[in-house]
Parts: sequence; C-alpha cells; structure tokens
Amino acid sequence: MKAWVFGDNVDTDAIAPGRYMKLGIEEIARHSMETVLPEFASSVKKGDFVVAGRNFGAGSSREQAPEALKHLGIAALIAESFAGLFYRNAINLGLPALVCARAKRIRAGDELELDCARGELRNLSTGEELGCEPIPAFLMTLIRDGGLVPHLEKRLRCNTTS
Amino acid sequence: MTPQTLAQKLVARAAGKESVTPGEIVTCKVDLAMVHDSSGPRRLKPVLERLGAKVWDPARLVVITDHYVPAYDEESRKILRIAREWVREAGIERFHDAEGICHVVLPERGYLRPGMFAVGGDSHSPTGGAFAAYMFGVGATEMLGVVVTGKIWLKVPHTIAMHFDGALAEGVCAKDVMLFLIGRFGMDGGGYHAVEYRGPAIRKLEMQERMTLCNMTAELGGQTGLIASDDVTRDYLGGEIELWDSDRDAELLAEHRFDAAHIEPQVGAPHSPANSRPVSEFREKVDVAYIGACTGAKLADLRMAARVLKSRKSRAKLLVAPASVRDRQAAEHEGTIKVLLEAGAELLPSSCGMCAGYGEQLLAENTVAISSTARNFKGRMGSASAQVYLASPYTVAASALAGRIADPREVLA
Repeated sequence: MKAWVFGDNVDTDAIAPGRYMKLGIEEIARHSMETVLPEFASSVKKGDFVVAGRNFGAGSSREQAPEALKHLGIAALIAESFAGLFYRNAINLGLPALVCARAKRIRAGDELELDCARGELRNLSTGEELGCEPIPAFLMTLIRDGGLVPHLEKRLRCNTTS
Repeated sequence: MTPQTLAQKLVARAAGKESVTPGEIVTCKVDLAMVHDSSGPRRLKPVLERLGAKVWDPARLVVITDHYVPAYDEESRKILRIAREWVREAGIERFHDAEGICHVVLPERGYLRPGMFAVGGDSHSPTGGAFAAYMFGVGATEMLGVVVTGKIWLKVPHTIAMHFDGALAEGVCAKDVMLFLIGRFGMDGGGYHAVEYRGPAIRKLEMQERMTLCNMTAELGGQTGLIASDDVTRDYLGGEIELWDSDRDAELLAEHRFDAAHIEPQVGAPHSPANSRPVSEFREKVDVAYIGACTGAKLADLRMAARVLKSRKSRAKLLVAPASVRDRQAAEHEGTIKVLLEAGAELLPSSCGMCAGYGEQLLAENTVAISSTARNFKGRMGSASAQVYLASPYTVAASALAGRIADPREVLA
C-alpha cells in the first residue's frame, strides 16, 4: 500500500492536536497532521504506511497520537527513528513501528510491502529492498495479540482458568 | 561488580537485581505511579472494567487533576467528574484536585523519595529524576498495564552525562541550560537514554531549578533526567533521605563538559525548542508574555520574573499561571505575586492551561508570544499562525517590559 511521507521531528501536537484531546478518537484522527499535510486525514486509505525521518512522535505522552494513525487505518509506521515514548505507545496499541535507516529513500505515493517480524520492507515502485530493524520478539507478541490490553485480557483469562 | 551509573542502580533495585547492563531488558516493580485527568481515570476506568481488574496497590497511585481545570465546557466537566468519581471507587487517597500541575504537586507533597522507581502518565514525568528517582512518562495503555500488574518492562538505558563546572551567571537559569542543550544536541539528542546532570554548577541549584533540568529532558529526547541526591534534596524533602549517585568510574555513553558561566540566556525560535540560540540574536516584537507550566511557573520561576519586573510596567500582555496552588500561596505571602500584578500581570489558574493548548485562553491568529513553557510546536498553544518563542522566566519578563525579545541581564545589571 501507499506511503505518506513526513520529515524529521514530527511532533505529537501535529499528529494529535491538543485542542481536540477532550474529544473521541474519531474527531482527533480527523485533524491528524492538519498543520503539516492538510489532506492526509481525509485521503489516507486503510493499509497505507506513514514514513518519516528522525524522531517521529516527539513530544507528548498522549497515546491518541499513534491511536489516531491506527484509527485512520495506517498499517505500520516506518521512520529513521522514533521518540521513545511514542514508540512504546504505538507498540502497546498494536501498531507496528519499524526503524529503517533508509526511510528517506521512500517517496510520497510509493507502494510498499512489509513483513514486520522479519523487518523486510520492499519498495514496489522502485524495486528497492529497504531493510528495517526487526521488532524484538517479545514486542511482536504484543503486536500479534493486538496490543497490551488484549494481551492482558488473554493473560488474565489464563490466570482465572488455571 | 562493574561500576554502575545512577540510572543503572535505580533500575537494578526496581528489577530486584544486583546490577544491570545497558541494553538488557528487565521488568521493574513500580514504587509510584502518577496520572492526571487527561491520561488517567477517563482512559483507565473503561478498560479496567472491561478486564475486570483492579488497581494493584491504591496507595501507590497518585491522581492529580491539572489539564482540564478549571472546567470550561461540557466535555471538560465530564472528564473531571469521571476522575472524581473513580478515585472514590478505586480507593485512591492520594488525589489532588485542581491543586496545581502534577509534576510540581507530586514532589511538593513529599511522594517522591530518592531511590524510587516511578512512572507518570505524562511526558514531563522525568521531572521526578531531580530527586534521584527513576521516573519517566508512559501513555495511557502502558499506564493501564502498570495499574493492573504493578510492573513495567524497560530496556536498561545508557547514561549521557552533562557536566557543568563553575556557576551560572546572573540572569541565567536552568531553563537556559536546557534550551542550550536542546539547541546543541537536538530533540533526539538524549536518544531515549538517561541524561544525568552533574558538576559543581548543578550542585548549587535549588530543587525547583533541578526539576526544570529534568523536566525538559523530555524535549532533549531522554527517557529520564537524573540528579544525584544531596543536602539540597534533603532540605527540600525534610527528614533523612537515601543518597544515590553514580559510581565514579561507571561507563557512560557520552560525557559532555561545559563551563556554566559561559551559558547565556537562550531563546527557542518557532516551532521547536531545538531552534535555540543566544538572546542577543533576537529582537522580535512580542504581543504576549506567558509565565506558566511545570517547566516555567514554579515558585523559583515566579521569583525570577518578579526580580526583573519589580517596580516596572509590562508593555506586552503579561499572563502568569503559577504551577501549583502552594507555590502561588507562597508567592502571595512573600509579595512576589504583588510585584507581578503591579507590573500588569493577569493571574491565571494553576493548571496546564495554555501550555498544552487546553482551556479557554489560547493564542489568537498571528500572535507573537514569548513563553517560559517547554514546547513551541506549531499550533500547540493556539492558532497555527501564532509564533511562540521559548525562554527563561527572566527573559520572558524582560521581553514583557520591552515589548520585544530582550536580554534580562540588561535589566538586572
């Protein structure tokens, strides 16, 4: 699916603006990235990728930032690096976030194909193989369960039956 | 045993290990968790109910309302109502309602002690590191995991040491130090590692100034900011405290050394704290001067502003939102608030307010503001066309007087 490309240091106020934080995720998602790429929220399609440079998700702990992107149907985030807190939030919500040293080679609109667990990323538009750092196995478990809440649900269920 | 950094020692204690190695993944027991009204009850309650789970230890959870206070519409009233009802249901006794910003209220109530391992549902949680506690911010879902299990996983961080010799010059403070570091190393300079502030210039700083250093470690991209505990920590907290410090020869990822006396007042240009340069490079006119937030409106910050504003009048619109009710009361008692009011300040509630883009008072279109807060991301404090410059309380006050960005050293001289 298609790549939406952003620069360095995209902050959480751009991804999930503060003034909409009191509202539900649907409303927040509608305003996602409006200060940097106004057409993003209305044009993005399910399965698309967000591609960025350094330190994606800098700023707040608000997990509505990755949640808004997930709500819009983003399949995975690919960046040169992520802000640590944002990275943890994305994984906890079951949204794969992959570090790719060559993320800046991807152009807006390129078609991408990704295998999260192996860290294999292919740019179908250029034929280029772009390696990503694979997500550590114990975090892949969280992603496979759909995030931390479903993971805990599963664990608590196991505890009561055992 | 391999010498350990302060960060390693704190993590090792929480993980029940004698020592830890950077990069190793460990599970830590949480001594204290803090949430506010935005990240807390309204997000925890529905999921706890869905899971049929309870708070692991109500005595270890602190709930503080600061983002939506005072309530200003139906949604904010609802968010606060959920918080107030939930703390009763969950048996949370450490509940502070509209008493100030969480990062300032938490230590002022004596909840943080050196040696603790703590998490907060807010990105400025590294503030707690000023007390030699390992504290960092997490999102609402991760906080839910903590609230259910009392534990959290952590990749043991490396430590980056920021060593400051000498002493800060007159009119220069912790905020300038952080803008200087962020300007130099960028918003990801901390690499999600632990950043330890040390050296004679740091030892001389009072607790609230140390809190400002650790607070803005968030903007430097560190997971936490840390300062060893000492007499200053003891005087602030009262009673006996544990002394925690890095081993002298512990391995560091990097050590940067500076002469504190050479740091000038700094200004962070729109729209990033990484755009920081010395104040002498700026002359922009300002419409609004804002002294607010956990970063820039503690008692120590209010005193700095008052020193500059004493017996003078602000040309810019001057807004002051003291970081906590206790700090505001102390500032009233000693006359600091009177100085600010006489300079023309409008006093706002002790909450996150404009800094986080919450509340009724936001920056209008094309406003130019100078602010003692931590972040000037585009649109954060109001209109996307507003221009926000970040600076210390000294520099914000001096700029308010001049109606343009100004060097506080000229006023204080």
